[in-house]
Amino acid sequence: MPSFEVRVLVTLKKGVLDPEGQAVTDALRGLGFEGVDSVRSGKVFDVSLNAASAEAAHEVARSMASRLLANPVLEVFAVEGMSP
Amino acid sequence: MKAAVVVFPGSNCDRDASWAFEAATGVRAPLVWHEDVPGRKADLWILPGGFAHGDYLRAGALAALSPAMASLRRHVDEGGLLLGICNGFQVLVEAGLLPGAFQPNASLHFVAKDVRLKVSSRRSPFLADFAPGEVIDLPIAHGEGNVRLGEGEATSLLERGQVAFRYVDGEGRLDPSANPNGSTLAVAGLLDETGRILGMMPHPERNAEPVFGTAEGARIFRSAVRAVKGVAR
Repeated sequence: MPSFEVRVLVTLKKGVLDPEGQAVTDALRGLGFEGVDSVRSGKVFDVSLNAASAEAAHEVARSMASRLLANPVLEVFAVEGMSP
Repeated sequence: MKAAVVVFPGSNCDRDASWAFEAATGVRAPLVWHEDVPGRKADLWILPGGFAHGDYLRAGALAALSPAMASLRRHVDEGGLLLGICNGFQVLVEAGLLPGAFQPNASLHFVAKDVRLKVSSRRSPFLADFAPGEVIDLPIAHGEGNVRLGEGEATSLLERGQVAFRYVDGEGRLDPSANPNGSTLAVAGLLDETGRILGMMPHPERNAEPVFGTAEGARIFRSAVRAVKGVAR
């Protein structure tokens, strides 16, 4: 089976408090980036896997995200293909 | 009666829990490697504090996939007791045995200090020896103890007696200044629907003997042992 690279992005749901993002926001303002409204933090997982097709690779990555990489109580995820 | 303490790679309060439990109750609580849990029987299992699997991904997320957890789920279904302390509480939540989710403390600081707690339920063998609304002192030591619950969910857990402990101030009152981590409704500990699973951020094993203070942590252990022995009789 061919190999694929997919990127899983995990971010906090809208409205979920993000203390880390808030601290980064404050730090950026401290550096003089006065235009910054807010920063939301998240995680990136670059996964290489073997699958029958790009579509199948995405499907597997979505399953990985919903079962382990993201916590469905607080987080949402998106799967992106990466150019080879 | 048999008790046991689960050891994950990265557990670091396992020996304290084992020692304090035996000192408080006279019941031995040997350490059991998490992969060996499925073959072992006990009336009460303790998931100790620490940083299981380095807290990689999310605190408790990888330990929640251990073969120990399916076994402990059955243990509770069969009437057994399960206590998760600090990181053990995080493991229980990640495994879906208790509701909610954890976030970093609202202050973003690791907080290690004594806190005052209100015992908010008696619907559990772990809490049967406490008077309703009793106030006790236990230490906390965590960076991610911010229990997140939906607003409706938190209220209904409170109404159903599934909130075991809440952080209160020196006078025993609920006050935002007494909430050390930003937890919804100042929740410090939760029970499952049966009351047989207790997850708590404070460390009962660190205040279980008079030399460490009020020894109030020992009462949680003794209460559970009395419940088990009462059932066995």
